[in-house]
Amino acid sequence: MLIKFSSMMKTTAARLSALYLLLFSLCAIFLVFYMTHLAGGFLVNQTKVSLDQELQSLNRVYNRGGIRLLVREIDRRSRRPDAFVYLISDQESRFLAGNIAKIDRGVLKSEGFTAKPFRYTRIGEQDEELDDDDAPRAIGQRIKFPNGLTILVGRDLGEPDRFRKIIRSSLGLALGMMGVGGLLIWFFVGRRALRRIDSVSQASAHIVGGDLSKRLPVSTANDEFDRLSVSLNAMLGRIEKLNSGLREVSDNIAHDLKTPLTRLRNRAEAALRSGKSDEDYRDALNDMIAESDQLIQLFNAMLLISRVEAGYSKQNETELQLTEIAEDVAELYEPLVDEFGGKLVSSIDDNLMVVGNRQLIGQALTNLVDNAVKYGRSEDTVISIYGRRSEDQKHAVLIIEDNGLGISPENRERALQRFVRLDESRSEPGSGLGLSLVAAIMDMHKGTFVLEDAEPGLRAVLTFPIQKTTAKT
Amino acid sequence: MSMKFLIIEDDVEAAKYLRHALDEAGHVADLAHNGIDGFALADHGGYDALVVDRMMPKRDGLSVVAELRENGDNTPVLILSALGEVDDRVTGLRAGGDDYLTKPYAFSELLARLEALVRRGSTSDNQSQYQVGDLVLDRLSRDVKRADQSILLQPREFRLLEYLMRNAGQVVTRTMLLEHVWDYHFDPQTNVIDVHISRLRGKIEKGFDKPLLHTIRGAGYVMRA
Repeated sequence: MLIKFSSMMKTTAARLSALYLLLFSLCAIFLVFYMTHLAGGFLVNQTKVSLDQELQSLNRVYNRGGIRLLVREIDRRSRRPDAFVYLISDQESRFLAGNIAKIDRGVLKSEGFTAKPFRYTRIGEQDEELDDDDAPRAIGQRIKFPNGLTILVGRDLGEPDRFRKIIRSSLGLALGMMGVGGLLIWFFVGRRALRRIDSVSQASAHIVGGDLSKRLPVSTANDEFDRLSVSLNAMLGRIEKLNSGLREVSDNIAHDLKTPLTRLRNRAEAALRSGKSDEDYRDALNDMIAESDQLIQLFNAMLLISRVEAGYSKQNETELQLTEIAEDVAELYEPLVDEFGGKLVSSIDDNLMVVGNRQLIGQALTNLVDNAVKYGRSEDTVISIYGRRSEDQKHAVLIIEDNGLGISPENRERALQRFVRLDESRSEPGSGLGLSLVAAIMDMHKGTFVLEDAEPGLRAVLTFPIQKTTAKT
Repeated sequence: MSMKFLIIEDDVEAAKYLRHALDEAGHVADLAHNGIDGFALADHGGYDALVVDRMMPKRDGLSVVAELRENGDNTPVLILSALGEVDDRVTGLRAGGDDYLTKPYAFSELLARLEALVRRGSTSDNQSQYQVGDLVLDRLSRDVKRADQSILLQPREFRLLEYLMRNAGQVVTRTMLLEHVWDYHFDPQTNVIDVHISRLRGKIEKGFDKPLLHTIRGAGYVMRA
């Protein structure tokens, strides 16, 4: 619990709320003092005003009947409930009349308004000591007569004091409650945040540990934590894909590069061992060159795929007419198909504008047509190239279709993987990378690549997002 | 026609092999094994073409080419590189290279390209008519005639023939054709080019005794009367 609390103190949220709480308390304390000061001042003023009125009325009494009448009037007024504070004393500070039993020393020495409130006790009330903090306090006006008499008329400050106390205690209470509430909220919110962060860091520790399939937890709250987790998860997905691609390649390199290398080596060995004539050596060398050309092609294809997947430079991306690219490919292959007696049909709509790399798209298309030719060299072969817009006009769709053997549904997914050659005999030249290169190229162009059954035959569907500015036709 | 080349290549083995092969083809070649020596030799002049490796210690090939071009030296340059993607090729050509070949390469490919580069420097590209034997191609009217008989060609066939005739007497490889006639910087796996050539051959040679378009085994094609 203690450890948890101390680690919670370390969170940014806790620090921020502590700072907030501190500032809030300072403001509140200032507010309490300022308000009680203002209110107190106001009540003291009120007291002064009523004192003045009392003095004026006593003055009138004095004018009418002199000191005698004044003393009598004061005596009478002192007995009224809720009376002012009255005191008449002589030169020796003996109390002659009024309602005061004790008073702070020195109050009667000077004249005029009392600068500071003084403490006193009334006659008949509990005999309290003056130094007691609970002793009542008052302010008052002192008048000295020529004959040495001093008259003090004062007003008790109990009311403003009580008022001040009430305000202070209620504000203090409110402040305390807010403080406790703030602490509770901070505790629970902070702990919740901490728990979320803990789960995220736990998950990332797993991921760092090598489990790239793990994802950060996403709650249903859809708050900033979730949004952060979602985007981090997307990043992880991308990394995982790249990583698994890399692993797959290194797995396959071992197999698919070593096989031709072994063949190359065997061929050289065989020629050395059993070569009889120059002709034999020449044949062996020619075979070896052909074999190494295959290797180079394989290597180039691998490099190209990894570069395309890593996000090929955008430098060569331009607005392109897919129509032209597809027509060029059709035109390139038409004589070849014609030669073995097959048919190449193309029907490509005008104005299929996309953004991309002409070389790469051209290569993707030639790969597909190449495949169709490779696995269907017969007189009945019909290869079709279609180009059109999707129904929502948002995509350009290129279709390359043949009527050959096709790929069985369970193999279609596998065909897109690297180095997979469904033709087990490997009698046709090829790297086994053709379709995965197409997939990588389509991925880079934010398009899709799907293999379908053309009944009979294989249909490859390439979908490109269409370029918006030129889509209005 | 014997030509003189300068090979700037840091791989001594590869450079020696290249010189030997060029020698056998009847040409002469000097060697430089780094960019600094290479630049000094090239700057001195007297070569028909330069073969420059792109990545070398001390000084890379592209900067050598760029400085030569800055000095107004227009000797044709063939850039050799292990980097073979379209972008790499674009930067290579932008630095002033005239052609770009990716390692590893077939020697026949390199030779064909070098000879084409040198030839291109001497014959003007803006010739309006090419002639090989009795075959005449008019680039303006786009007419092709053999022995005054008109031959009808598809646009692509016309471009193919135009390129072959511009390089008449010169071996032209399949990749050169793909690059210049189709603008493809990659190789389709099947022999598409061969089929186009045989179609073209059918059109320009059918009914005539003398073949003009010859296949050079293991290398490419040549137009020769």
